[in-house]
Amino acid sequence: MNRIDARFELLAAQGDTAFIPYITAGDPTLAMTHKIVLELERAGCDIVELGVPFSDPIADGVVNQEAAQRALKHNVTLHDVVNLVREIRKTSEISIVLFTYYNPILAYGVDTFAKDCASAGVDGVLCVDLPPGEDADYKRALDANGIATIFLAAPTSPPDRIALIAKSSTGFVYYVSRTGVTGERADIATTVQGMVASIKQHTSTPVAVGFGISSPAQAMEVAGYADGVIVGSAIVRLIGKSGESLDTPKMIYEFVKPLVDATKSGATTAKV
Amino acid sequence: MPSSEALSITPNAPYSLPDSRGRYGRFGGRYVPETLMHPLLELEQAYVSAQTDPAFQADLASLREHYIGRPTPLYFAKRFTEHLGGAKVYLKREDLAHTGAHKINNALGQTLLAKRMGKKRVIAETGAGQHGVATATACALLGLECEVYMGTEDMERQKLNVFRMRLLGSKVTPVDSGTKTLKDAINEAMRDWVTNIENTHYVLGTVEGPHPYPQICRDFQKIIGEEARKQIMEQEGRLPDLLIACVGGGSNAIGLFFDFIKDASVKMIGVEAGGHGPETGQHAARFAGGVVGMLHGAMSYVLQDAHGQIMGTHSVSAGLDYPSIGPEHAHWHDIGRVEYTYANDDAALEAFKLISSLEGIIPALESAHAIAHAVKVVPTLSKDQIVIVNMSGRGDKDVPQVSRFLLGGEATL
Repeated sequence: MNRIDARFELLAAQGDTAFIPYITAGDPTLAMTHKIVLELERAGCDIVELGVPFSDPIADGVVNQEAAQRALKHNVTLHDVVNLVREIRKTSEISIVLFTYYNPILAYGVDTFAKDCASAGVDGVLCVDLPPGEDADYKRALDANGIATIFLAAPTSPPDRIALIAKSSTGFVYYVSRTGVTGERADIATTVQGMVASIKQHTSTPVAVGFGISSPAQAMEVAGYADGVIVGSAIVRLIGKSGESLDTPKMIYEFVKPLVDATKSGATTAKV
Repeated sequence: MPSSEALSITPNAPYSLPDSRGRYGRFGGRYVPETLMHPLLELEQAYVSAQTDPAFQADLASLREHYIGRPTPLYFAKRFTEHLGGAKVYLKREDLAHTGAHKINNALGQTLLAKRMGKKRVIAETGAGQHGVATATACALLGLECEVYMGTEDMERQKLNVFRMRLLGSKVTPVDSGTKTLKDAINEAMRDWVTNIENTHYVLGTVEGPHPYPQICRDFQKIIGEEARKQIMEQEGRLPDLLIACVGGGSNAIGLFFDFIKDASVKMIGVEAGGHGPETGQHAARFAGGVVGMLHGAMSYVLQDAHGQIMGTHSVSAGLDYPSIGPEHAHWHDIGRVEYTYANDDAALEAFKLISSLEGIIPALESAHAIAHAVKVVPTLSKDQIVIVNMSGRGDKDVPQVSRFLLGGEATL
């Protein structure tokens, strides 16, 4: 069984919600990303999203754009990120999702990419600019290799698209909590809970919520009704500040631990 | 591989691209974050309904005539023709359209559409500034709020157009990320659009981007070729042998070519920006150096490295300085309907000077690339042949930059 499915099954049995951090692979270095992933696992994260740096990240806010630029300065490629997962797999079984744009996958070759993901131990891929309906070759290749295909659902998605997204997604559905790019926001949109419920009417696949969540209070709130809580830019910002300092992994652990705890306690309060 | 059916253009059958999924053969499509999918479908519906609405079409026709000043002349360039000593050269004078370039055709059409959709705010990207000026103009005319994204490098080389946009009441927002040119301005406009989707229409300025943009822009630009057909029939009594246009995203080229696409006797050449020459890596010749990939929502030819990162481009002309090309051009390239070539910076600057002194027409640096190729190819044609070159824009905006090049010793008058 795919690690993501196994994890969500375990969480469901415990009435628990997944905490899913996002970091940009290769920011500041691939070696540091490796260390941070292990700290995220130690902090109790359930799934890690590794961002693949891309030159033109149209779905990302400034924090993630700058992280991608830092990684691209030393030429981090999609091949490097897949190989990083291969290295991580030597000591860790944490679920790993690649968060990427489509063009690097096209350049890699969709079939080769899917095979390499499987052999390296990548569990799922979220291709941010490849909505269901445009994705035939990609979906076929990843399905054939047992890699989860995670698609975005958005506040603007009408019921027919929600149905298509729900049907196409494996692993989990990623609900974008509001229109806009990645980045921290002061509050959670009031429509999120209802949208999560409407996605769940179409599928038994878990639904995680991201874009704009950064504080333990927000994580706790969302954990009450979603199957997963995703935090990205807040962590990436911290990595950007701390850079190659030897303390970075420990700092990330200390920042993420309260988010994990808040998610778990939000789940317990709501679901038990 | 594309199907053999997609590989031909049948003279008597209707030309039916894009297909229902926004594809031109294997190119085009709608590769966008999910948040934009529904707005794109809404835009498509609004566009289809506007196409069949007599009131919308009447507004557009009236503004084309009385505001843009259409039809633009098809002018026989006698001295340029004599100088080259080959085919007769006509210039389609889009430089005489209001705001000084063909960009107003699309900007006005899309802004009317935005108003019809009830959007209060319009955003646009711009490279050379011509599309930004055209959109700012249309917004002033229709009373809409306008914000234009422009790379800081382009703002520096097109200062006059930045001032014009501000004068027209638009906000010009500098984009300092990436290569600081057109590509990055599009990134930033897309980020704005995805955030402000409720009240904002994004007026994309070329036949690029996710479906239905390439189709909408083509349809608003095809008036260029429709007029040129009528005008050449009046003046020469027959179709031209060759059409030449510069290609950045490709809107002026599609505008001229589209109405002739099924006339097998009419040859067409699109001229990309060769920059310092494709062999130097500093250029924007997508067919010479690009491979199939996806940028800004459409599958097309893209200048990129082996790992799929988009490459920086170079051209003396900000409007051609873009790493991808409209998907319909990619299709026409693959089926061999249109030939694509490039002109280097030096050739474009020479052509800029030549057509200014021979015809009293100062071309946009973009259009100078088309002129440069005419200089190359027209002498090889016979005197009874007819060539139409699209003079897509006027060059006033480029005069300060060209004077820097000339005075800087890279060329002499």
